[in-house]
Amino acid sequence: MNDIAPPLLKAVAPPPDIGKALRGFVADIGPTVALSLESCIHCGQCAEACQFYVQTSDPRYTPIHKIELFKQTYNREMGPFSFGYKLLGMAPALTVETLTQWQDLVYDSCNMCGRCSLICPMGIDIADLVEQTRHGMYDAGLAPADFLGAIAEKEHATGSPFGLTSQTFRDLLYDIGTKHGVTMHVDEQKAEIVPTVSSIDVKTYPGSMAAIAKILNHIGLPWTFRTDGFDADNVSLTAGDRAGQAAITQGIVNAARACGAKTLVMPECGHSFTEMRWEAANTFGKDLPFRVLQITELVAEAITSGTLRVNKIKQTATYHDACQLSRRGGATAAPRVIFSALGVDLHELEDAGDANWCCGGGGGVALIKRAQPLRNAAFAIKQKQIEQSGAAIVYTSCSGCRQTLEHGGKAAGWSTTVGSLLELVADNLAP
Amino acid sequence: MTLLSFARGPAMQAATLILIAGMFWRLSAIVFLRRRVAHAAARHPFGARLLSGAVTIMSRSLPRRTFWPRVGEGVALAYVFHIGLLIVLIGGAPHILIIHEVFGVAWPDLPKGVIVVVSGVTMASLILLLVRRLTHPVLRLLSKPDDYISWTIVLLPVATGILLSGETVASYGTLLALHILSIEALMIWLPFGKLMHVALVFASRGMMGYNFSRKGAAT
Repeated sequence: MNDIAPPLLKAVAPPPDIGKALRGFVADIGPTVALSLESCIHCGQCAEACQFYVQTSDPRYTPIHKIELFKQTYNREMGPFSFGYKLLGMAPALTVETLTQWQDLVYDSCNMCGRCSLICPMGIDIADLVEQTRHGMYDAGLAPADFLGAIAEKEHATGSPFGLTSQTFRDLLYDIGTKHGVTMHVDEQKAEIVPTVSSIDVKTYPGSMAAIAKILNHIGLPWTFRTDGFDADNVSLTAGDRAGQAAITQGIVNAARACGAKTLVMPECGHSFTEMRWEAANTFGKDLPFRVLQITELVAEAITSGTLRVNKIKQTATYHDACQLSRRGGATAAPRVIFSALGVDLHELEDAGDANWCCGGGGGVALIKRAQPLRNAAFAIKQKQIEQSGAAIVYTSCSGCRQTLEHGGKAAGWSTTVGSLLELVADNLAP
Repeated sequence: MTLLSFARGPAMQAATLILIAGMFWRLSAIVFLRRRVAHAAARHPFGARLLSGAVTIMSRSLPRRTFWPRVGEGVALAYVFHIGLLIVLIGGAPHILIIHEVFGVAWPDLPKGVIVVVSGVTMASLILLLVRRLTHPVLRLLSKPDDYISWTIVLLPVATGILLSGETVASYGTLLALHILSIEALMIWLPFGKLMHVALVFASRGMMGYNFSRKGAAT
């Protein structure tokens, strides 16, 4: 029998919506994006900064090539010489074929880590252009269905990537509090500090929530988890769903505002920090009524001010910088302050800090099943660097990175331990 | 009207007009797009962000050291070309004369032999850049007609300049006219293609430096 019917999903999947892709692409183009799109000199340097090109030598993975459809649409529809591009056929209109061909370039092979933005001699923020490109791709129905697109949809619908309800979260927090012997503050009416969590923490690393509680109890300011706005993961951002991205953020902002929070704390998660710290206020068009800190920044700040005291430990370790926290987020120094206070013998990785290599899972790539070979290829760079550091344990401040490193290590038969910096602090609080 | 008088007269006027109008059109199309105000609380004040923009304009002239092993060859080649072109442009006696006529300032010129050698090196670097573009898989994928048109448009003034210094293949007047016309072709093409980076490089780098400083991010 040769006439086997194609899988049902393929048969019923709607074709990409070209009109929505077009509108999604042009919707957010302002002077900064236009300047970036106008400035490329086709030097190809960005390829040499990208882990996917470096590891595969496939020119399709050249970062600026990944946004080619976005650029063509700009040139054709709203660039200064759009009439010329149309007249000469130099910027082809979007087609179902081209949009589909570019799907793996825009999603599977880009962590939005911004290493390409760091090398570009024209100063183009290519990672930001990929984020803009994903808006059009998502609107067209082209976010990879498993699992990124599906999880983003669930997040948009329920407020949590895994559909976690307020009640479930509340129960979970009390269970964790009991198990770890730590007082949990939940849904307090007034609080100065409101921490959020990542769904990866909830699913895989629940100990990190106990760690948050221990640290905040130690600092001593009024704080509370809010079950009406807690899951900061924002998979929607990485999928390109602007409405979902804004809705998730709005829920958390409302919850923090309701209890008069002065500081909203982002969990060990890179992209959630990017969203809340750098994009949320711009999305809403007004300043947020509180400051936003990543948990590592809060800990470093508390250590520096003397409100958090830690024990000195004898340990040799290395640290993996999450791209969104260091290179893209400006929080490169905070973890070093913490390691210094702990007395850890920190063996920095080659390219540590701003020029670090991504773990391979950022930008939602960890949620794309078929991207696993690419992730593992990217992980190989990290594996080599960590092994060269001579440390038996690598810490990170991003659960996504932590999980990617663990998965990559498992696939590579690796023995290095991956740890959370937050949990290290919580385990070593001074009496 | 001779070819030379055409090149010096109406052709130069038209090329100048197209250059200025084209650049204005392209830049204004960017500047006048609807701008969203950034509301996220900045890590650095306005003045520091401006300074970061200025510093980034300079710092992006060289890649970070960690990138050198992978991009050093291409960067070096591009530097040879750009510096060579600059030396010929500001060191050649005829060019200084024109600058003096237009702007009233002058400086000592370089010996003609030096200019010829530098022109040769510049042209050789241009040819190598083309070879690289045609053979490197990434550059081949990225290249558009603009890349090859721009390459040709830049090569012509260098080539005619070298011919002009020797005055062998045609009369001085004809070669000078061709040299001027080739420069005018460059002026006409500049606003429409990647040669516009002569202006965009400052805007784009400066914008990145300013915006990234807001985040305290690496520039």
